[in-house]
Amino acid sequence: MAELLSVRDLRIGAISHPPGEPPREVTLVEGVSFDLARGKVLGLIGESGAGKSTIGLATLAHGRGGVRITGGQVLLDGTDILSLGRRDVNRLRGARVCYVAQSAAAAFNPAHRLIDQVIEATLLRGLMSREAARARAVHLFDILGLPDPASFGDRFPHQVSGGQLQRAMTAMALCPNPALIVFDEPTTALDVTTQLDVLAAIKHAIEVTGTAAIYITHDLAVVAQVADDIMVLRHGRVVEYGPARQIIDAPGKDYTRALVSAQRTTRAEAADQSGAVLEIDGVSAGYGGGANVLEGVSLRLPKGQTLAIVGESGSGKSTLARVITGLLPPATGRVLFEGAPLPPSAARRDRDQLRRIQLIYQMADTALNPRQTVRELIGRPLGFYFGLRGAAKTARVTQLLEQIEMGRGFLDRYPAELSGGQKQRVAIARALAAEPEIILCDEPTSALDPLVAEGILRLLARLRRETGVSYLFITHDLGIVRAFADSVAIMHRGKVVRAGRKSAALSPPFDAYTARLLACVPEMRLGWLEETLAMRKDPDQ
Amino acid sequence: MRLRAIPAGAWIGLAGIAAVAICAIFAPLIAPYTDRQIVGGVWEPASARFLLGTDNLGRDLLSRMIYGARVTLAVALAATILSFGLGILLGFAAAVSGGLIDAVLSRGNDLMMSIPTLIFALVALAILPKNLFVLVLVMAVLDSTRVFRIGRAVALDVAVMDFVEAARLRGEGPLWIIFREILPNTLSPLLSEFGLRFAFAILFLSTLSFLGLGIQPPAADWGGMVKDNKDGIIFGISAALVPGAAIAALVICVNLVVDWLLRRTSSLKGGRGDG
Repeated sequence: MAELLSVRDLRIGAISHPPGEPPREVTLVEGVSFDLARGKVLGLIGESGAGKSTIGLATLAHGRGGVRITGGQVLLDGTDILSLGRRDVNRLRGARVCYVAQSAAAAFNPAHRLIDQVIEATLLRGLMSREAARARAVHLFDILGLPDPASFGDRFPHQVSGGQLQRAMTAMALCPNPALIVFDEPTTALDVTTQLDVLAAIKHAIEVTGTAAIYITHDLAVVAQVADDIMVLRHGRVVEYGPARQIIDAPGKDYTRALVSAQRTTRAEAADQSGAVLEIDGVSAGYGGGANVLEGVSLRLPKGQTLAIVGESGSGKSTLARVITGLLPPATGRVLFEGAPLPPSAARRDRDQLRRIQLIYQMADTALNPRQTVRELIGRPLGFYFGLRGAAKTARVTQLLEQIEMGRGFLDRYPAELSGGQKQRVAIARALAAEPEIILCDEPTSALDPLVAEGILRLLARLRRETGVSYLFITHDLGIVRAFADSVAIMHRGKVVRAGRKSAALSPPFDAYTARLLACVPEMRLGWLEETLAMRKDPDQ
Repeated sequence: MRLRAIPAGAWIGLAGIAAVAICAIFAPLIAPYTDRQIVGGVWEPASARFLLGTDNLGRDLLSRMIYGARVTLAVALAATILSFGLGILLGFAAAVSGGLIDAVLSRGNDLMMSIPTLIFALVALAILPKNLFVLVLVMAVLDSTRVFRIGRAVALDVAVMDFVEAARLRGEGPLWIIFREILPNTLSPLLSEFGLRFAFAILFLSTLSFLGLGIQPPAADWGGMVKDNKDGIIFGISAALVPGAAIAALVICVNLVVDWLLRRTSSLKGGRGDG
């Protein structure tokens, strides 16, 4: 059987504008070749900057921004689409090749009903009559497992959940009955439980409609569930390309092996979990007189240990951090630090109380002032809390930089001149400069690539050992909990549904929510998705 | 920043502003006569002796233009700087503190803005003593209402960023937050706004002078010169058009520079860098 899509020696470049330097040509993708047969799925996997989205868009003959396709061929049914004229390319897009973006919320127009947007491209290309297109959309809603398919399309984007919107976007791409769909991280922005549903829906729809697909993601465990072949990319080059089974079970390259085994070591939990440096006692809190986001939360963090707070978005875990820092005074309940209650509002806490609880944010980009150098960023807490100045301050900043495995060469850099991982390290150094007892970590690794995130976690673990600091670690990733925490609290709709030692909390018997949450974490093996779905249909097993 | 990256329009604007500024600074050296000396007949046409002719009292128009640049530029600049200082300080204070302080300042500002600026200025200047300081003050206070709006809006954008929250949690006072965390991140939009308000200040001053409430005779300023010579237009004397054209040219020059600054600012905010 002839291949549907053949990419031959694809090369993609762009003009880069580094600050303070003349623009120069950079290569984003070099010498990538692959084949895709009808009805098959190719998984593209790699860190950010690996060129996976760029390759995905190249199969639509598109380069984003200043990106230009500089060489190679993209053969769709034997025709090189890179040599087609503008009009022919337009006829191709939205008809034979479709694209599903990461953020469905940004891809839908909030002012129009879903059904009109789902069939828009199909009508525009003149592929079907309006009635036929609507009927097909309803059929696709059904295949994708959307509730009440006949009337689902009459809703507006804000009336459906994020996972449903992502499935509606898949329906939009499937509507013209395309030969190829490019999925660009369709589940990355979703919670684990929602991700499972969307993943299952996408897989089912691909099987039923027989379309071919390119599935782009940075999560190897996810791609293992849907892809027939996997291509591992790094810095725009192919690291490894082969059948999914071979990549997962017998990776041939070190980099792939590192990705497969990125499910890190397990931390042995601390034996003695008595005592508490931080205690949360019956806290309820809400925003601006609305319903409470937190309901009677009580937790305990022993000194020098790590308490992981796990939950989906909307479970109230970030609100809990705001209560502890004093940004949101609780409606009822207390926060106790070393046995003494803290004033509920940060404005009422004295400098020493503020110093002893520090916060690391999820997005280091917005947590560091872009107009301050690393020296100023880390130096400010030193001057502010300890009155350090001049050479003594510089010496201490350098010492902290060494502690986070960055040298004094970074002293006068601005955040824009640092990588994502380096920015997060500087944010950690800033927290560390205050010599705190507790560091609240609000998903500090979720915006980072897996291997970079692993480095940050190793750093945090070493700092815990060296300085005896305690962490309250907010995350939705149970892999991190196993690798890093001593105790766990699982939150759902503002309540703690399960709390205690890691070993006890993460082993059966489970309550219903914890069981569901644990079952939704993708495992790095083929067939996991089918097993989980089968288990779900037959819960007695 | 590379000089070659500055577009032609911005160069014209910069050159125009520089020319006016040089005239203003070195007026006694450049001008052929002083601004108050009566040196010829009334409304003499341009000649080798009087390059732009004479005005309604027989003073040299070119000399008065050069001295007028000094007054116009100095007053407009002083008023703009003062209005910026006032507007930014209050606007940032409102954005950072929020709550009651924000409500009082913002509603007070709305109250000021609800009265038409020109009428407000006419009343205030008619009551208050006529001197340069009062004029600058009135212009600055009225203009600062617009700056307050802009300052509050850009500060609010930055004040919700995590690094400002981090500074608050460190226990920093409002002055540090305003001047060290927020101000450096709002400088580029404020800089272009400064240019725009400066252009408005020139126009506003000219309007006031034309109405007789701005710069008082015999001091020369461009708006006042239009007023002095406006009757000549009936007799086909173009003396009033020269200061009028100068006002227009200066405002256009300032706008050209501001346009360029604005484009640079917006491209800094995640544009494609084609500014």
